[in-house]
Amino acid sequence: MTGPILMKGNEALAEAAVQAGCRYYFGYPITPQTEIGAYLAKRMPEVGGVFLQAESEVAAIHMLYGASCAGKRAMTSSSSPGVSLKSEGLSYLAGSDLPALVVNVQRAGPGLGGIQPSQSDYMQATRGGGHGDFRNIVLAPASAQEMATLTMRGFDLADKYRMTAMILADGTVGQMMEPVLLEPAQPLNIEKPWALTGTQGKREKNIVTSLYLSPAELEGKNLSRFARYALAEQNETDFEAFCMDDAEICLVAYGISARVSRSAVSAAREKGIRAGMIRPITLWPFPTEALRQAAKQVKQFLSVELSMGQMLTDIELAVRCARPVTLVSHVGGVILTPEEVLHAIDHAVEVSA
Amino acid sequence: MRILIAGFGGQGVLFLGKLIAHAGVLLGKHVTWLPSYGPEMRGGTANCAVILSDEPIGSPMVSEPDVLIAMNLPSLTAYQPRVQTGGEILYDASLIREAPEREDVRLRALPATKLASDAGLEGLANMILLGAFLSDCLPLNETEILHTLEQTVPRHKAHLIEANRHAIAIGKQTIEQTEQELHSETKRISHPRKVG
Repeated sequence: MTGPILMKGNEALAEAAVQAGCRYYFGYPITPQTEIGAYLAKRMPEVGGVFLQAESEVAAIHMLYGASCAGKRAMTSSSSPGVSLKSEGLSYLAGSDLPALVVNVQRAGPGLGGIQPSQSDYMQATRGGGHGDFRNIVLAPASAQEMATLTMRGFDLADKYRMTAMILADGTVGQMMEPVLLEPAQPLNIEKPWALTGTQGKREKNIVTSLYLSPAELEGKNLSRFARYALAEQNETDFEAFCMDDAEICLVAYGISARVSRSAVSAAREKGIRAGMIRPITLWPFPTEALRQAAKQVKQFLSVELSMGQMLTDIELAVRCARPVTLVSHVGGVILTPEEVLHAIDHAVEVSA
Repeated sequence: MRILIAGFGGQGVLFLGKLIAHAGVLLGKHVTWLPSYGPEMRGGTANCAVILSDEPIGSPMVSEPDVLIAMNLPSLTAYQPRVQTGGEILYDASLIREAPEREDVRLRALPATKLASDAGLEGLANMILLGAFLSDCLPLNETEILHTLEQTVPRHKAHLIEANRHAIAIGKQTIEQTEQELHSETKRISHPRKVG
């Protein structure tokens, strides 16, 4: 393909999944991510893949479990209420050390909430989102382009660490169209000797399970899993620093809030305020070290998020509360405007002066 | 350039926005296109925000547009106060009988729905307005317009491209004619005043 194509974030994600070698999609429609299923319903047959609309979100994620057991790249997608339904599956995937790609194009909650954009599933996503000790790799796209590139990366990371990679987007990033350049993907080719591919009578049988009745054995499983998580934290943390070189006030924002904050930081710079932004691209692993370094330089942080301070907690943990962190937010499907964020910057600078 | 397009669901508001967005990509600009996606239906309200820029775009939301394209009265009423001073309101005068109240923006009216049905192009009032928009906001030549249409119109509807082109041409021509006449009228009126 040549040149950028105008695509919705949801469609860019879906096409990127195909390019990354995903041939199994299981889902159930829900706004604002329905385009993912709609796109793949047309696209999967073209590449000999499977599109299956399941009877429920719970069924869809367990179909993904099955496909992943067979060593195949597979995915499911939903939006907030649907992802809550999938939480059982997330836990079983983690307990069985299966790679998976799960997409959450967030809408406002709790409960059925509304269908407008939100970021209020931050804790659910970054803490695992089901019972038991586990994490997901959580990638936070802020553009249609990143919906594509982070999906490709997500499949690779899932295979590499035998974890669920979650794309944590929001209604705006999913619905927005932007030019997208689909570079040919070069998926990591990772051996999966654990997969259930049939022994052909030539090897010992593989068992994929999350059930371990011996506490010692189960503790061992958990510890080795967390050793892998530590490696992911070491190697895969990613963020973007914007105008941070001489910044005195640091905004922290991801997804749509980062787009809004970018506009606000530029406007603040025009007024002579030394504002900057750290945009986590991975929410787990969180860019703790980058924030810790920033805390040596900046006087304060603003957590710009469409939730009630869920990410703020992680910023405070990262900087060990060495600098004040102020919440700038809207919830319920209301999106922050650059003017509101600029106002918050002005206010924060005034108070600290 | 921040553009807000608003009207009834079914008038082709989102499609009009998509064409402008595709034209922006063709011209090598940074582009965002953001639809409203409420529980909308034919006859309900629909709007979309398009930004074309030479710089990377931060927020894709358009709260204060440079250009408002209004396809019905509720949209004009709702969004006209937000248009930037010095900006432009382009509207379908067949459906909007009340002139916008703003005096600090450029007002451009076109009986788009009537022009469309007179030409046997029912449902293409959006393309007529696009023609008017392109005449001063985003100059594209014939080839670029065709290319944009080819990019935007789904393959199974390719046979409609010609009608769309026709409607765009009508919009462009009509607004340019109207403005020329207005211009010469203003001259005629202002001339005696100066003398007097």
